[in-house]
Amino acid sequence: MNVEPIIQLDDVKKRFGPQQVLKGINLSIYEGKTTVIVGESGKGKSLILKHILGLIKPDSGKVLVYGKDLIKINKKDLKEIRSYFGVLFQNAALFDSMTVFDNVALPLRERTRASEEEIKKIVNEKLKLMDLEGSNEKYPAQLSGGMRKRVGLARALVLNPKIVFFDEPTTGLDVAKSNEIYRVFYRTQAKLGYTAVIVSHDVPKIFKLADYVALLHDGIIQDCLPPEDFQTSDNPFIKEFVEKTMGLIYESEEVEG
Amino acid sequence: MILLKFLNTLGELVMYYINQIGRMGIFLFNVFVNIFKLPYYKVSNITKQIYIIGSLSIFVIIFTGAFTGMVLSLQGYNTLRKFGSEGLLGSAVALSLIRELGPVLAALMVTGRAGSAICAEIGIMRNSEQIDALECMAIDPHKYIVAPKFIATIISMPLLTAIFDVIGIFGGYLVGVTLLGANEGSYFTSMYKDVEFNDIYMGFVKSLCFGLLIVWICSAKGYFVHYERKGGFGAEGVSRVTTNAVVLTSVSILVFDYFITSFLL
Repeated sequence: MNVEPIIQLDDVKKRFGPQQVLKGINLSIYEGKTTVIVGESGKGKSLILKHILGLIKPDSGKVLVYGKDLIKINKKDLKEIRSYFGVLFQNAALFDSMTVFDNVALPLRERTRASEEEIKKIVNEKLKLMDLEGSNEKYPAQLSGGMRKRVGLARALVLNPKIVFFDEPTTGLDVAKSNEIYRVFYRTQAKLGYTAVIVSHDVPKIFKLADYVALLHDGIIQDCLPPEDFQTSDNPFIKEFVEKTMGLIYESEEVEG
Repeated sequence: MILLKFLNTLGELVMYYINQIGRMGIFLFNVFVNIFKLPYYKVSNITKQIYIIGSLSIFVIIFTGAFTGMVLSLQGYNTLRKFGSEGLLGSAVALSLIRELGPVLAALMVTGRAGSAICAEIGIMRNSEQIDALECMAIDPHKYIVAPKFIATIISMPLLTAIFDVIGIFGGYLVGVTLLGANEGSYFTSMYKDVEFNDIYMGFVKSLCFGLLIVWICSAKGYFVHYERKGGFGAEGVSRVTTNAVVLTSVSILVFDYFITSFLL
């Protein structure tokens, strides 16, 4: 690969109290590609995202986004870099005292000089893309989990970001709903062409979307490979992970067979 | 071993509070920078906060103001009569309200009503990642969430205090003159004679400072709920931090009241 990565984590370490959560993360993310970070729950996958977003500062190491080190960067540049981002949080993080429309309109109202009419047009267009017509005046508490995630996605995409982060986009949704999220994801990425970083443990389904899969184990990114190579990797942790998540459910059959 | 453990805990505690003070100082600085930074606010954003923090507190202020004035008059009349100086009732009620009780009690009522709401609202926004979401959208939460509350509280507090004072003076009139039979003329004349601009100035300065204290402590406590020493997670974290904020604000209002008074006298 001779293309320059747009996001690069270089030996990022983070400790919380006695627990060394990230033990030196090295990860590169390339433009226009979908990179999926997999791994066990509660081992720091979302933490990696928060480092890339600049919400948490690492104890040591570098986080480079578009070649700029997020640790040394000033506020103005950080703001500019964040304007390329769209984020879908784990629980969607919608503003619960605002309607769906206002939630999606917020970035437009605060960050652009668009008139109310233009805002209305753009928001309705995005909501339509998410199959959310007719929910404009509802509040987040009145929506189902899947709808909330779609509103979150609409909000993340409303300013046409260059990089979109998905923190567990399908956790807590049933199979049909999570397929729907994937379909929406696929459709919007094809249309808008953004770079995607997905944190998920929805294996193997997520492999279909991924250009690269990275396994976080024991505070280290074991490897970052295209899905096919990932599934046949010799790395013992990746092997174990693939077997655990994609192996036969009825182990006894395997033994008997 | 016990000594070591004690020292360890003590050190942790000291570090925690120093950190907390630093955080709150930086927070205040950031908010002030953001208040004056372009782009300016939508007026509706600020008027909404003035409505929530100021207008909705008026009823409580009127109620407590009236009864404070009434009880001052009741106590004052009976004490002053012993010295035969009932004529000073008006100035006694007015001065104690304008200089002291008005700003302090109004601030305490606003702390209980609006301060707790500010803290809980911001705390919940922090805990449900809404503040992170704002930051990721490159919208500064200091500007978008906190600054309008600062502006609204600093505008509302002196006005609420003024309402408190006026209602209190009329409450005092009601009890002193109408009920106890003090002389109506001397109630108002003594007030005109004794209340000076300096007294009103002191009350005004106090109400401004208290307004700032309320909104600063309550919003910073909510904003940093995730740094709470005993864990600021979930509903319990928010409830604990709200209680803390109200207690801390009330105590600091009383402490600052002494220092402002001694400074201005």
